[in-house]
Amino acid sequence: MNEEVRLMKGNEAIAETAIRCGADGYFGYPITPQSEVMETLMALKPWETTGMVVLQAESEVAAINMVYGGAASGKKVMTSSSSPGVSLKQEGISYIAGAELPCLIVNVMRGGPGLGTIQPSQADYFQAVKGGGHGDYRLIVLAPASVQEMADLTALGFDLAFKYRNPVMLLADGVIGQMMEKVVLPAQQPRRTDEEVVAQCPWATTGKTKDRKPNIITSLELVPDKQEENNIRFQAKYKKMEENEVRYETFMCDDAEYLIVAFGSAARISQKAVEEARKEGIKVGLLRPVTLFPFPKKPLAELSKQVKGILVVEMNAGQMIEDVKLATNCSVKTEHFGRMGGIVPSPDEITEALKTKIM
Amino acid sequence: MKEEIIIAGFGGQGVLSMGKILAYAGLMQDKEITWIPSYGPEQRGGTANVTVIVSDEKISSPILNSYDTAIILNQQSLDKFEKTVKPGGTLIYDDYGIMNPPTRKDINIYKINAMDTAIADKMEKTFNMIVLGGLLKIRPIVEIDSVMKGLKKTLPERHHHLLPMNEAAILKGMDIIKKMN
Amino acid sequence: MANNEIVKPENLVYKKPTIMNDNPMHYCPGCGHGVVHKLVAEVIEEMGLQDKAIGIAPVGCAVFIYNYLDIDWQEAAHGRAPALATAVKRLNPNKLVFTYQGDGDLAAIGTAETIHACNRGENIAIIFINNGIYGMTGGQMAPTTLEGMKTATCPYGRDVKLNGYPLNITDLVVKLRGTCYVTRQSVHKAAAVRKAKAAIRKAFENSMNGKGTSFVEIVSTCSSGWKLSPVQANKWMEENMFPAYPIGDLKDIDTLV
Repeated sequence: MNEEVRLMKGNEAIAETAIRCGADGYFGYPITPQSEVMETLMALKPWETTGMVVLQAESEVAAINMVYGGAASGKKVMTSSSSPGVSLKQEGISYIAGAELPCLIVNVMRGGPGLGTIQPSQADYFQAVKGGGHGDYRLIVLAPASVQEMADLTALGFDLAFKYRNPVMLLADGVIGQMMEKVVLPAQQPRRTDEEVVAQCPWATTGKTKDRKPNIITSLELVPDKQEENNIRFQAKYKKMEENEVRYETFMCDDAEYLIVAFGSAARISQKAVEEARKEGIKVGLLRPVTLFPFPKKPLAELSKQVKGILVVEMNAGQMIEDVKLATNCSVKTEHFGRMGGIVPSPDEITEALKTKIM
Repeated sequence: MKEEIIIAGFGGQGVLSMGKILAYAGLMQDKEITWIPSYGPEQRGGTANVTVIVSDEKISSPILNSYDTAIILNQQSLDKFEKTVKPGGTLIYDDYGIMNPPTRKDINIYKINAMDTAIADKMEKTFNMIVLGGLLKIRPIVEIDSVMKGLKKTLPERHHHLLPMNEAAILKGMDIIKKMN
Repeated sequence: MANNEIVKPENLVYKKPTIMNDNPMHYCPGCGHGVVHKLVAEVIEEMGLQDKAIGIAPVGCAVFIYNYLDIDWQEAAHGRAPALATAVKRLNPNKLVFTYQGDGDLAAIGTAETIHACNRGENIAIIFINNGIYGMTGGQMAPTTLEGMKTATCPYGRDVKLNGYPLNITDLVVKLRGTCYVTRQSVHKAAAVRKAKAAIRKAFENSMNGKGTSFVEIVSTCSSGWKLSPVQANKWMEENMFPAYPIGDLKDIDTLV
């Protein structure tokens, strides 16, 4: 399979890309609005072509623990779910972070709390970015805003997961998951051979050979001094991510007097709001974080010196706005506009909020 | 060129697949496309709608407040979306089951008796293609050729014998659409 | 006689498996874990599978099993070992994959993972230590705690009205079509130890031969949790545990038991 332009849903793009970047395993459980990920994989039967394992688990809990097991043996593995299911996975995610294992976790967000709604939402920002499970840990959080990015960030997510031996979350929402757009899929890469897995992951449980000590994957350390050492090592890793992995996009920021900050589908809609406002002569730009952790603090701090006000647009009650305010040290008027309950804001609403809240 | 379209009706009328066919036709012509459905229980009987944008330029928001063209297949959708058509825009509706027809004076209103025609001509299965034909007559966003190519690409081989039936339905739709104002 | 005169190959009557290292075990006197650990080590060694073995450790007293056996290990979250094992075996079909779990881990918090791994017929071996109590957390009631048996969370004895009945999960997994071998053993006597070892060997062979899930329950004591001496605990086990959890093979697709 070579690179090709296709029309597909965001969820389908994740599945297709996972196979193409040589993933070894997917473990999931059905939940709207992300079920197409597993459905697509099951329809494509990659176990017959690349040898990728696809398994419908008995629960979200089992699925994330299958990911743990697969990742601990050095394999390229992933799971996907939507908000309530991702809450169930938090235990496993914390263990995976604590055991420093690479994997990709997809959350196609829907509205909450509780069963909430199946409609799109961005209300899991805190959970994803601040460490939704117990203990001091971070995920690398990637926020796709198009079907193309569903594909691109799936591939990047696997790369970063192995680069840092850390779980990576692809934080999408129902809009991006269900939307069809054109997408260029990457060319098919072969799965790594057993020898390549051993070479890339000398720490993995691949079977103890005579030339090395047993490999033990655990997040348990009962000696406080040693556990603190672990914590310090984790923090150093997270700092490195902050130094090296910040990704973001700006739109019409050069001469901007006002700034909208938004991620994912909210950013797409905000971009239209920017276009409309520009037609009215309002000099507004958009900054879209692609990585939510690490957060684009520096570019935001820079832009805060230039603009008179910042509007943070999210499909939640105001979560990322806290990171925006921290990044800018509250040096400029910063307001939030959000819709909740699965309601997707319209471009008009955003333009209106821009005028009433920060101008 | 940029056309922002909403298609709305009952679940089961082929609303989402009509949007999909349009999207695939756009793909055949190298256009930028977004297709976003209402999803969930609606697909299983309630009202369903899909927003399709076909454009020469990169598309920012896939979610819109107003549309160049609305295709309306039931009363609830008419009540909801008539007001969202841009001034000078187009509204196409099937009056099957419509009690209160559209009234706006600042948009172009077309009627297509697709449901009645489909029943009379035993074309129920291609009802949505009749509607699509009507749309393409009024708004030639994509060529019929591209629609057929797109259909061929998306339909499994075993359904390819249905292609002529679909093309006939498109032509039928082109034939029966009527301007109302 | 000097030590070096005694320690001669020709005088050797017992040898520690090389897979078992010299780390001092944290288990209480009389505990069955040490014996079962040794059996696991012996079987892996005899089968020549050290470089193929991937063990999944539980949460519970055996959480540190990875400190004692020199093979690759994954430490699972409480109850999740069969889920980890599922993925490890599916992704590495030529490896020996087994879990080692206690009754709280396997039959309470991990019931779903246990049942579904067995039901899918994952080609793994599950070693299940049943001593009717939560040892590591200090002797609380387990799903397998006997009726009337006292623990820290049922200090007046397990009352079925309050706590339900002891869960015989081994009987349950017999019914699942994915299991190929289900057996219940003990390690309190030399003869029992030999049988338990044969059971573990069979389970590991089944895993390597892709026959389905093997489930080996070892009924054990917890002298600390039971507040009995090791000798008293063995006696108590024979008198009380064995009637509720009878020793023997429950299912073997090879012999159609």
